Amino acid sequence: MLQEESDLSLIIAQIVQKLKGSNLYSQLERQAWASLQRPEIKLESLKEDIKRFFKTSGWEKKLQNAVYSELSVFPSPRHPAAPPEHLKEPLAYMRKAQGSWEKRILKSLNSMCTELSIPLARKRPVGEQKELLSKWNEMGTDEPDLSLFRPVYAPKDFLEVLINLRNPNYENGDYLSFRTHLGLIQVPLKVKDIPELKELFVELGLTTGQLGIDDATQVPPELFENEHVRIGQKVLAEQDSAAAQQYVRQGSPTALRAELWALILNISSQPEDILYYEQLKTNVIQHDLLVDSLIYKDVKLTASNDDYYFVFEDYLYQVLLCFSRDTSVLGHFAYNSASPPKSYIRGKLGIEEYAVFYPPNGVIPFHGFSMYVAPLCFLYHEPSKLYQIFREMYVRFFFRLHSISSHPSGIVSLCLLFETLLQTHLPQLFYHLREIGAQPLRISFKWMVRAFSGYLATDQLLLLWDRILGYNSLELLAVLAAAVFAFRAVNLMEVTSLAAAEAVLADLSTLKVMPLLQIFLFATVT
Amino acid sequence: MSRPKNQNYKAYGSSKGKEREQRTSVRFKTTFMNTLIDVLRHRPGWVEVKDEGEWDFYWCDIGWLRENFDHTYMDEHVRISHFRNHYELTRKNYMVKNLKRFRKQLEREAGKLEAAKCDFFPKTFELPSEYHLFVEEFRKNPGITWIMKPVARSQGKGIFLFRRLKDIMDWRKGTAGKKPTSLEAQQARGAVNPSGSHDSRSSDDQKEEIPVENYVAQRYIENPYLIGGRKFDLRVYVLVMSYIPLRAWLYRDGFARFSNTRFTLNSIDDQYVHLTNVAVQKTSPDYHPKKGCKWMLQRFRQYLASKHGPEAVETLFSNMDNIFIKSLQSVQKVIISDKHCFELYGYDILIDQDLKPWLLEVNASPSLTASSPEDYELKACLLEDTLHIVDMEARLTGKEKRVGGFDLMWNDGPVSREEGAPDLSETGNFATNTHLGCINDRKAQLRQLFRSLQSQKKASS
Repeated sequence: MLQEESDLSLIIAQIVQKLKGSNLYSQLERQAWASLQRPEIKLESLKEDIKRFFKTSGWEKKLQNAVYSELSVFPSPRHPAAPPEHLKEPLAYMRKAQGSWEKRILKSLNSMCTELSIPLARKRPVGEQKELLSKWNEMGTDEPDLSLFRPVYAPKDFLEVLINLRNPNYENGDYLSFRTHLGLIQVPLKVKDIPELKELFVELGLTTGQLGIDDATQVPPELFENEHVRIGQKVLAEQDSAAAQQYVRQGSPTALRAELWALILNISSQPEDILYYEQLKTNVIQHDLLVDSLIYKDVKLTASNDDYYFVFEDYLYQVLLCFSRDTSVLGHFAYNSASPPKSYIRGKLGIEEYAVFYPPNGVIPFHGFSMYVAPLCFLYHEPSKLYQIFREMYVRFFFRLHSISSHPSGIVSLCLLFETLLQTHLPQLFYHLREIGAQPLRISFKWMVRAFSGYLATDQLLLLWDRILGYNSLELLAVLAAAVFAFRAVNLMEVTSLAAAEAVLADLSTLKVMPLLQIFLFATVT
Repeated sequence: MSRPKNQNYKAYGSSKGKEREQRTSVRFKTTFMNTLIDVLRHRPGWVEVKDEGEWDFYWCDIGWLRENFDHTYMDEHVRISHFRNHYELTRKNYMVKNLKRFRKQLEREAGKLEAAKCDFFPKTFELPSEYHLFVEEFRKNPGITWIMKPVARSQGKGIFLFRRLKDIMDWRKGTAGKKPTSLEAQQARGAVNPSGSHDSRSSDDQKEEIPVENYVAQRYIENPYLIGGRKFDLRVYVLVMSYIPLRAWLYRDGFARFSNTRFTLNSIDDQYVHLTNVAVQKTSPDYHPKKGCKWMLQRFRQYLASKHGPEAVETLFSNMDNIFIKSLQSVQKVIISDKHCFELYGYDILIDQDLKPWLLEVNASPSLTASSPEDYELKACLLEDTLHIVDMEARLTGKEKRVGGFDLMWNDGPVSREEGAPDLSETGNFATNTHLGCINDRKAQLRQLFRSLQSQKKASS
């Protein structure tokens, strides 16, 4: 009991400290001072009266949302004596693996830099600045020569690293037993099994209404949809983050989704936020970074070629270029196993005073990175709001998909979860694919790294991301990947090569996500 | 069967009764070597005839129609894919005339409010005949942009934008003075309005001046709805089975065609920005064939719903229904309604920033060539369902409100979704049986439909 209490007070202290530095705190202070003018505030009962005022005016709700937001992002309580690196990643061998992976990426980036003799960063001449500013809303029309640039890495390179991950304290054993894991990931992380997943995702069960299933044309809307929309409007009126998060577990109505997600992520477009975005835009105009070319190349290769996202090309540049200059993103490295790459001012190698993080936000884009942003363009059209939403989604979820960690939503756990589910519930299929040299993870890895963006139809993807926000976990990605394999099992049993297996699973655009998840979790005999 | 008309020829054979004979094999003919030929060849019991063979079904091109329709005898069961004088709807100058006339009629009969529902066509003037009217309108609205379109050409050819009268003066001296090629001249001359209200130049005039290609000057919509900074237009398919009575079907699928470049009024000369026809886009230097720059209508509808809410989208689509119906009604009395004819129209609609739909034009021969696998799927299903409705196999009862992806939009009156009389929605339009941009579960529907038709037949035999 005592331990829990002290943990709790530790968390409270940390959250209070975090919020004290935030904009909300100064707003609350101002509101409190202004409320003194009000007739109902009496000196004798000052504290109580102000508290009541906050409640009725909705400010308490805002504070509640901010606390809830912090709790969602905050890692679980640690031992007070734990060093900060344990907050990033408790397991030493994982930290080491992440460190060497980062060294490789940096090396690749530096060598590209030297080969092309392009500086990592340079100040733009005034003429160029003017030109970029005038073209800001249509950067997609630019066709710079990007043929010499290569993406720093692609998901499959990252997969190879994960495959070679080993826990030095764990003896895999030379002999095969029923416990042997047949998949590619060979680290002993705890992943949930289907009973545990059923418990976690209880709202996805067969007896609960879902958007994505119970809003189909044959189902009369009175059965579920109308009531669900009504509740959604109520949640928005109350402006309650926690309620919104609970609500979207059953899916979000199309018309309400943008606002609901903003509420859950606790994003409200304040003038300061818009100003901050404009500041980032100015940074982009003034300085040209090498990563900008990587971003351009990625957008041109992926989103621009997508049948549905090509329309949003310009927005992608506006978001991603600003993102790479945003130093506030560095904050997430406190709980991310990755660390931002450091670079040194020319000639001052190794001297700490001249060290800078490169890129300024510490995130090096890889092939397909722009697909994290593309689906959001469907919902948000105001560049600064789109930017805020993406940034928050990144520091809460997406970063876990390309860093090596033991977190249950980290990509390593997701891969292991996927393989375990498949091996446990479709052993024949798993064995067959393994025999023909088509390890299932080789096919599903790219889906999970991109959170299925670009593979599913947009409306289905948004229904999936509803649940990711609702449960604050990425484990559904692994469950969906396994469900897809289960769905196509009959065809997959007949293939005889990796290429044929890839072909069977090449097109996911017709899949309906929610029925697949429901069947796999709740309707399959285990 | 069809055969050339002959003075001594006497019709024989086919029953004039209401019972349509069920054909065991259908002989079809077409000159189109694209999606259409695939669909026709795959249809069970349909046999291709070539050259001079007799046919039961002909998907013809309008050139052939013009030359041969009048001399071809067709049995009762024979079907052909165009109406003789479809140009009343599809040629921009005739359509404007018919619409203007219809609007006046509506105003007389039903009042100003009802007539205002015809205001979906941007102000258009025929040139050179209405040149002075045009100049008057031009002077009343200085600074707006106008678009000049040739009356008879397609795929974006010959179109340009202008803001100053000086620009057309130059054009008049330049291209207008040029003699059109012999084919274009034939087309221009061949399309004579039977009602004769059209401005016809006297032969004297023609001797003095070089024959001029007809153009229309239309008010350019300067505030189009943009997605991702790009302009787009919508392609919607409407199948008309007869004009008297008016029976029209609306296909659920369609697509939005995007311009490859970002919209701005500064670049009037950049043809690529303003014209969204895929044919024009394909020549733009930015064009990447993989992109296809098209969105399916479902995607478009969802995007709008997430941005403006479902009610605004309902209103927009209801207004589009109004465009289809009113445009067909305006030519109802003029088009020669031959029971052998049916026509699949491609409507081009532009949405402006106030979510008001505008009719750009109606195509009698919408492109059936596919630009991508998805496009192929759409067009193949569209054509299959068209053939289901044409019903050479005489399977339908004629009471169906939905066949595959087609919904019966107008059946000599509005068709309601539910049984009973149609209600008026807030816009004053009828709550019609249309589902444009909605889910198209045509396979399931067709299975159910034909199964029930089969069991009905068994029960009645």
